[in-house]
Amino acid sequence: MTASVLILLIIGLSILAFLAGRFRAARAQKNGRLKALPKHYGYYTAIWSGLPALILLVAWSALKPVYIHEQIREVLPQSVLTQSNASVDLYMNDILLAIQNNDTRDDPVLIRAVDRYQQLQQESNWILTVLVVLLGLSGIVYAMTNSLLRTQARSHTETVIRVALFICSGVAIVTTIGIVLSVLFESLRFFQSVNFFDFVFGTKWSPQIAIRADQAGSSGAFGAVPLFFGTLLISAIALLIAVPVGLFSAIYLSEYASQRFRATAKPALEILAGIPTVVYGFFAALTVAPFIRDLGQSIGLDVSSESALAAGVVMGVMIIPFVSSLSDDVITAVPQAMRDGSLGLGATRSETIKQVIIPAALPGIVGGVLLAASRAIGETMIVVMAAGLSANLTANPLEAVTTVTVQIVTLLTGDQEFDSPKTLAAFALGLMLFVTTLVLNVFALHIVRKYREQYE
Amino acid sequence: MTTLHETAPVIDAHQDIQFDGTIGENLVENAKFSTRNVNVFYGEKQAIFDASLDIAENEVIALIGPSGCGKSTYLRSLNRMNDTIPICRVEGELKLDGENIYGKSMDPVLLRARVGMVFQKPNPFPKSIYDNVAYGPRIHGLARNSSELDEIVETSLQKAGLFKEVKDRLDAPGTGLSGGQQQRLCIARTIAVSPEVILMDEPASALDPIATATIEELIDELRENFTIAIVTHSMQQAARVSQRTAYFHLGRLIEVGQTNQIFTNPRHQLTENYITGKFG
Repeated sequence: MTASVLILLIIGLSILAFLAGRFRAARAQKNGRLKALPKHYGYYTAIWSGLPALILLVAWSALKPVYIHEQIREVLPQSVLTQSNASVDLYMNDILLAIQNNDTRDDPVLIRAVDRYQQLQQESNWILTVLVVLLGLSGIVYAMTNSLLRTQARSHTETVIRVALFICSGVAIVTTIGIVLSVLFESLRFFQSVNFFDFVFGTKWSPQIAIRADQAGSSGAFGAVPLFFGTLLISAIALLIAVPVGLFSAIYLSEYASQRFRATAKPALEILAGIPTVVYGFFAALTVAPFIRDLGQSIGLDVSSESALAAGVVMGVMIIPFVSSLSDDVITAVPQAMRDGSLGLGATRSETIKQVIIPAALPGIVGGVLLAASRAIGETMIVVMAAGLSANLTANPLEAVTTVTVQIVTLLTGDQEFDSPKTLAAFALGLMLFVTTLVLNVFALHIVRKYREQYE
Repeated sequence: MTTLHETAPVIDAHQDIQFDGTIGENLVENAKFSTRNVNVFYGEKQAIFDASLDIAENEVIALIGPSGCGKSTYLRSLNRMNDTIPICRVEGELKLDGENIYGKSMDPVLLRARVGMVFQKPNPFPKSIYDNVAYGPRIHGLARNSSELDEIVETSLQKAGLFKEVKDRLDAPGTGLSGGQQQRLCIARTIAVSPEVILMDEPASALDPIATATIEELIDELRENFTIAIVTHSMQQAARVSQRTAYFHLGRLIEVGQTNQIFTNPRHQLTENYITGKFG
């Protein structure tokens, strides 16, 4: 029996347990007051029936391959075993392939191994099925005993739910830690071959490493400054566009626009956020960048056809909805009493907005800007297409620049060897980017806390 | 089918009232506010019918009546706070010192600086106590320098009876005060602009009895310098703080008179029913 069938079986038994527990409690309720509602006894029995079986299923599925692996080793000839671990793994793959293709190549060792494997699989499945059914049924039996009605069914159920909620919230944290650690270890490998300070403060980025030592460019240069500068330049241009436009549109929508205009304009603005970044990318590369180049040339400026300005402008348009939609929500959430209070003192609408509403909504507005900023820093597609790949260290928005994310993409696409500094540099860049955005977030949180103005 | 009116004399707040014009002294000489035939509509629904009322200088007038009778609506039409409600429409003649409140030449912003308002629920801004009081003077440019502003803030807080309690923590947020203190802060904020009239919309209804008593004493003191119109649900409060009382019922101004006369010797049946507690 496969795992999915077993899960269905467990669910079925749990439903049965729920009904049994509820029925038992409902019948007992007629004779007197219980400690919880009948449905709580239902949940309680269902948990007793389903949870142990489920845990067993998960544990079994995790441990089974290890056990089978050990058993198979015993039937393998000494010649295979004495080789490295990798060759044993390879042989295991052979066994699986042979089963899949139903072709044992008339190799007696392989035939024996396949037989043993299939026999183990079958045994394991039977034992597991029997255990699951036994566990599930014993839960129901437990439910039918007298002790059920004396338990605090509701608080026990709530404990289980609480633990489940805790595990779910833990998943995100554990995943984050896992990602950070994996990036961290790869980065440490990178820093074994490239000096940390050369990486962080170096101003030349040229990650190509020659195969032979006597080739040109054999050293490779891993100075991350041009990349981070490019990222900051493009993000700054994007925010320069998105923050004023987004904030002003939010103010108009929430304070001045008629209800009908708002109902149409707000979803329309939010559509901007739904356009895939690839589409923005070729809009930037095919329309905006040439337009800026032609415009620049017509007034005698030297503009490259891929420029930080083009990417930044389009990126700014992309993140407008993050600023406007979130700001609009928080501005609308400022109580009407605040507006009345200010207007009642003879303040104009504009004074009310500037001095009462915006300060009250500031934490939310900063939150929206932050979200937009992290989108801008992490954005890749637009920059790949519109800003170019050359790692120039320049503050001129009319030149081609590159960003951290773009370089990570170029380093990791195509065939790679995972022990060369060129590839490992991507992880170091990722780590730096992560640290940068983390510092930005902490800084912004600090600002928000400092200037937060509470209203009730 | 017969109606209830014909079969039994049941007293009902929503009965069709016999209204043949306002009874009593609704008009005075040298009025601060004079309003004639005021009709207020929320969309299709009419909230106030033909109300004519004068408010004299330096008097406290109480507007009383059952919930939904239009007294708050009337109050809010005096400083055009109803402008913030898009569907609200005010008709009739409303004048402040002879100047048409809804006239083209009247700027609602300047009007509200002359006619301040204190709301039912204390609504201090999320700023410090000092900045709350200084808000109005700042936007109207009432102080030439910071020491003048300090003085305005201090005297306003003193007039509102709050200065002693907060003088050591003017930098603390206004929202951190107790409900009664918050309401006095809102009154101080209103006084700081030096208005001529203060409109109060149930200023003590969210407060405990002790804070209410403080506010009532305060209103009595403020009468020397300001004209005050106060909406209240508490008849004791109206009796304690006001010189004249106006009784509204279902959008009609039923009766106006000296407060002690209204409460001891009401002339209209509806007024009598209300103040004797037959409905409310």
